[in-house]
Amino acid sequence: MRNWDWQVFFEDPGGNIPTYWQWMLSAWGWTLSVSVCGLVLALLVGSVIGTIRTLPDSPWLVRFGNAWVELFRNIPLLVQIFLWYHVVPKLFPVMAGLPPFVLVVFALGFFTSARIAEQLRSGIQALPRGQRYAGMAVGFTTVQYYRYVLLPMAYRIIIPPLTSESMNIFKNSSVAFAVSIPELIQFAMQAGEETSRVTEMYAAVTVLYIISAMVINRFMAWVEKKVRVPGFVVAGGTGGH
Amino acid sequence: MFGLDFSFYNWDLVTKFLLKGLYFSLFLTVVATLGGIVFGTLLALMRLSGKKWLDLPAAIYVNGMRSIPLVMVILWFFLLVPIMIGRPIGPEYSAVITFIAFEAAYFSEIMRAGIQSIPRGQVFAGMAMGMSYKQNMTLVVLPQAFRNMLPVLLTQTIILFQDTSLVYAIGAYDLFKGFDIAGKNFGRPEEAYIMAAVVYFILCYSLSWMVKRLHKKIAIIR
Repeated sequence: MRNWDWQVFFEDPGGNIPTYWQWMLSAWGWTLSVSVCGLVLALLVGSVIGTIRTLPDSPWLVRFGNAWVELFRNIPLLVQIFLWYHVVPKLFPVMAGLPPFVLVVFALGFFTSARIAEQLRSGIQALPRGQRYAGMAVGFTTVQYYRYVLLPMAYRIIIPPLTSESMNIFKNSSVAFAVSIPELIQFAMQAGEETSRVTEMYAAVTVLYIISAMVINRFMAWVEKKVRVPGFVVAGGTGGH
Repeated sequence: MFGLDFSFYNWDLVTKFLLKGLYFSLFLTVVATLGGIVFGTLLALMRLSGKKWLDLPAAIYVNGMRSIPLVMVILWFFLLVPIMIGRPIGPEYSAVITFIAFEAAYFSEIMRAGIQSIPRGQVFAGMAMGMSYKQNMTLVVLPQAFRNMLPVLLTQTIILFQDTSLVYAIGAYDLFKGFDIAGKNFGRPEEAYIMAAVVYFILCYSLSWMVKRLHKKIAIIR
């Protein structure tokens, strides 16, 4: 193989950004912000959908929640991103003015919301049924016993799968390269082509991905430790990708 | 409604653009699943061997693969495989090698959990009957582990089928690419993407429904 040439990162790509390494950091920023915004959206939507799937006596809400999960889980992320980027603005002129960033955040967020909803549902259903009845027995309304009894425990149960989900959304944000979001993969492809130093570009981007994965992992381990309920042990879960 | 026009879909378009892509997507899924299970089982056995020099490389490989995005892995292999074998290869071949290597890491974690779900007592019983490590694994542990893990393996296969669309990054001709090209040829990309979503949904939904049924069936027998 050829010799490494790391000097290439100090060259000028031409344009607004003075050097390649600064361009790469900005791409990392795009990756991070798409992932974090997507994760926030996914947590919000996923919590609502996951909760209504466990509500007693509301079959239509449960069905809606199930349909939501099946819909967003059974279409590949790449196709969903294309739908949000190319199709949604055409069908709904209101959305036409939105920047691509927002559309990709919607795509990633809704895709991940289905997975989070599924985890939250199984988290709530993993709680002993007595907790729900106890909440009812002390006179809580449905909203109250979800807010004060079920959800606080359920969220703690699903922290391990949520950890892998936050690492997944970060990896999944790479699919946004397909719709010209200037994130890391897009940078690796473009900069590699411009400089014909593809190996160096890929290597640097891969290292950034590994660093970010480790940071997220440590952060979630810290969260898990912080919110742990003494004497309450939960088993870990395995996630997809 | 919405000014959509699906009238350009006809049998001719399906045979011309889509079937080739569908075949490749399915082929890639099947080959990557089988290859991934074989190499994944080997990796899992390495990790459970209790020998540091086997465990460590397998652990680095699995965790490395799992912490970088699939798109990045696809790009890497497309860059490196031609350098390693010394001649250029098409994106399709590259995709097959990539997916086997990538899925092996995921399947190995599934297999590891499956092997660990077999009670230690069974291994000891096998040893007490004078079985070798190989006999113990192939006759006692692995058949049960496969069975325990079958629903998870199949769910992973469905995810894998969805992930095959990412070969878009290197321009391999899969099902999604078929829709993409058809849409561009007919100047109707929106309809093409909607149809792609519908077709993927129908395929994946029916597959996951079958997995759910299988899961129930296995659960009753056990």
